[in-house]
This record gives sequence, C-alpha cells and structure tokens, in this order.
Amino acid sequence: MSLLGIGLNGMSLNGINLNEISLDGMGLSGMNLDDMLSESLFFGFALSLLTYWLGTVIQQKVKHPLCNPLLLSMFFCILFLKLTDVTYDTFNYGGKYINYLLTPATVCLAVPLYRQFQVLKDNLAAVLLSVLAGALSCILVVLGMAAVTQLDRTLTVSLMPKSITTAIAMGLSGEVGGMPSITVMAVIMTGLFGNMIAQVLFRFLHIEEPVAQGLACGTGAHAIGTARAMEMGEIQGAMSSLSVVVAGIITVAAVPVFLPVLDFIF
Amino acid sequence: MKILKQMMLIGLVTFAGEVCGVLLPLPVPASVYGMLILFLCLYTDVIKLSQIEDAADFLVSVMPVMFVAPCVSLMDSIGGVRGSILFIVLICLLTTVTTISVTGVVAQFVIRRGKMKTGDSRKDKEQEEEVVA
Repeated sequence: MSLLGIGLNGMSLNGINLNEISLDGMGLSGMNLDDMLSESLFFGFALSLLTYWLGTVIQQKVKHPLCNPLLLSMFFCILFLKLTDVTYDTFNYGGKYINYLLTPATVCLAVPLYRQFQVLKDNLAAVLLSVLAGALSCILVVLGMAAVTQLDRTLTVSLMPKSITTAIAMGLSGEVGGMPSITVMAVIMTGLFGNMIAQVLFRFLHIEEPVAQGLACGTGAHAIGTARAMEMGEIQGAMSSLSVVVAGIITVAAVPVFLPVLDFIF
Repeated sequence: MKILKQMMLIGLVTFAGEVCGVLLPLPVPASVYGMLILFLCLYTDVIKLSQIEDAADFLVSVMPVMFVAPCVSLMDSIGGVRGSILFIVLICLLTTVTTISVTGVVAQFVIRRGKMKTGDSRKDKEQEEEVVA
C-alpha cells in the first residue's frame, strides 16, 4: 500500500489522507470516511468513551495536572477527526445522545446534595458569601480587562456569563446583546481550565476545607468543575453542584446591573 | 428490575423539570429545575434515597464523558473568532483562576472563623463552669 502524495518531512506527517488510502485499497474510492461515518450513531459515542478512557489511563501513569482526561480526550478526538477529515457534525451525530444524558445526570446531582445537606446547613454563610464573592469577581475581572484593552462591547458582554452553566449562560448572553456562540465557547474553556487547575490552585493557596474546595470548583468552572469536585470527594461534589446553581442565579441578577458600567467604559 | 425502576424515577423527575422550564419564565435550564425537584422529593421522603441512588450515582460518575463532545466542538468554533481567540483564552484563564481562588479563600475563611468561634464559646462555657464550681 503506497502512501500517495505524502511528504514525510522529518517527523511531520503532512498530507496523509487516511481515508483515501484505506478506502481506495478496498475498492471504495469516491466515497470518503466522513460520508461512511455520517450515518453512524455510535462513532462519536465510541470515540468519546475510548479517548476518555485513554485519558484516564494516561493520567494515572503521568500524574501531572495537564494530563486531564477531558483535555486529553478532546485532543485525541480532534486529532483523529482532523487526520481522517471527518467533520464535527458526523462526530456529534451520535455524540448528542451522550449529551442527552447530561440533563438527567445533572438532576441526579440532587442525590449527593441531599446526602450532604447537613454540611450545607452548617456552612450556609460560607456558601452565600463565597459564591457571591466569586461570581462578582468574575464579572469584575472581565470588565476590568475589557476596559484596559478597549475590547469590543459585544465580545465583553458575551464573556460576562462565562462562569455559569451553559444553558443559563446562553440565555443571559442573548438577553443582554451578546453572541451566544462565543459565550458557549468561553463557558467550555472556563470549565476545562477550571477542571485542570483547581487542585493545583488549592495546593498553592492551602485551600483544604472540602466545602471550600467544592464551592470554588462549582463557582469557577460550573458543571465541568463539578465533575472534578466529585472526583475529589462527595462533600466537594455536593457543594460544587450547589454553587453552580447559586452562582447562576447571582450572575443572572448581577450582569444587568453591570451593563451601565459597560456603557460608561465604552 | 431495580435499576429500571430507578431510571424511571429519574426520567419522571427530569420530565417534571422540563415542564417547569416551559411554564416558568426564568432563564433556568430543565436540569436545574429537575435537580431542585428531586432534592425536594428526597427531603420530604416522597422518594427515598434507596429508590434512586444506584442509578443516580452511576449517571453522576459518567458525567465527565458527556463533556467531551462540547469540548471537541471548540475545534470548529475557534475558527469563527480567529482574531480574538488569544484574548478569549486569556480572559477565561484569568477569570477562572480568580473565581476559584476568591471563592475558595472566602469560603475557607468563613468556615475557619466559624470553627474558631465554636471553639471559643466552648472555652467560655468551660471557664464559666469552673467559676461556678
């Protein structure tokens, strides 16, 4: 099997077109991998699970904060898709069924919350104060950086809801004149960063109380942060999911208040 | 059979959450309504923990995988904001660090101060008892 039209410059693999190679060999030329897979309901499903599993295996071998299973699986998936010229839409065709489970899974966060309810009651002040502080600090940093760098107003407004859960963030962004697609992107990046760096930050700042760790994860990185918090412990997970809700409420209330400040800056 | 029953309960609560999302005018997603409803049901014993926890724990444990697809979607959407992408990344990084740090530090401060106070009031009680004795 010859690798037609490929330049193997040193170690780079420019121009490999895997789908054309293997399919030509099978006498199916004219059709590419993307077409074949676009009807698959389980391609995205299987690839997500496979790459995530690979990510967890690597994380266990290499205990480095950057070896985050979510980040790794994202890289592997994107690498695979780019190399095989399969589109994201094909990948997501079945992937949306995994996403479908996200709603009931979020509902099920009520269970650890219920199990830790006593902890919540004991720490009510901490919850309210810290989430308020966190949510406000996020809005203020966005505003501050936008003012300093003279950022586009629409972009700024799109970025303000970035620390809260996607569904609420998109709605809020639309209502205050932002671009929901950018907001979604920022929300995902925020979640990813938070998931990766939360524990490093905790070590650095000596944040040891489980309740505090959980609240920080949820306020800073919403549901993706909660996934990380659940791995740290049930208290963290419960507090994290609670703070996602509370932070969402606070941000929805606070962003419209800060809009006049935006107009003042621009 | 047991798991089926648990999934059924979860499905019902999720649906109830969707109904709330349609009926109530707040920008709250169905999943959050559902979470609140489930919590209330557990709290008021309408649903017992044992009737739902296995399936619930399972779903929660696989939650991280559900975020792979949205993360992969970044590969397409990054193209749309070519120019500002570095800035968006920077803002996300900075605000995430800030938010996590602020929330964590404030929470820990309030918690530890609360613990100190409980410790102090216990000491005061002990001192009172000594005086009385």
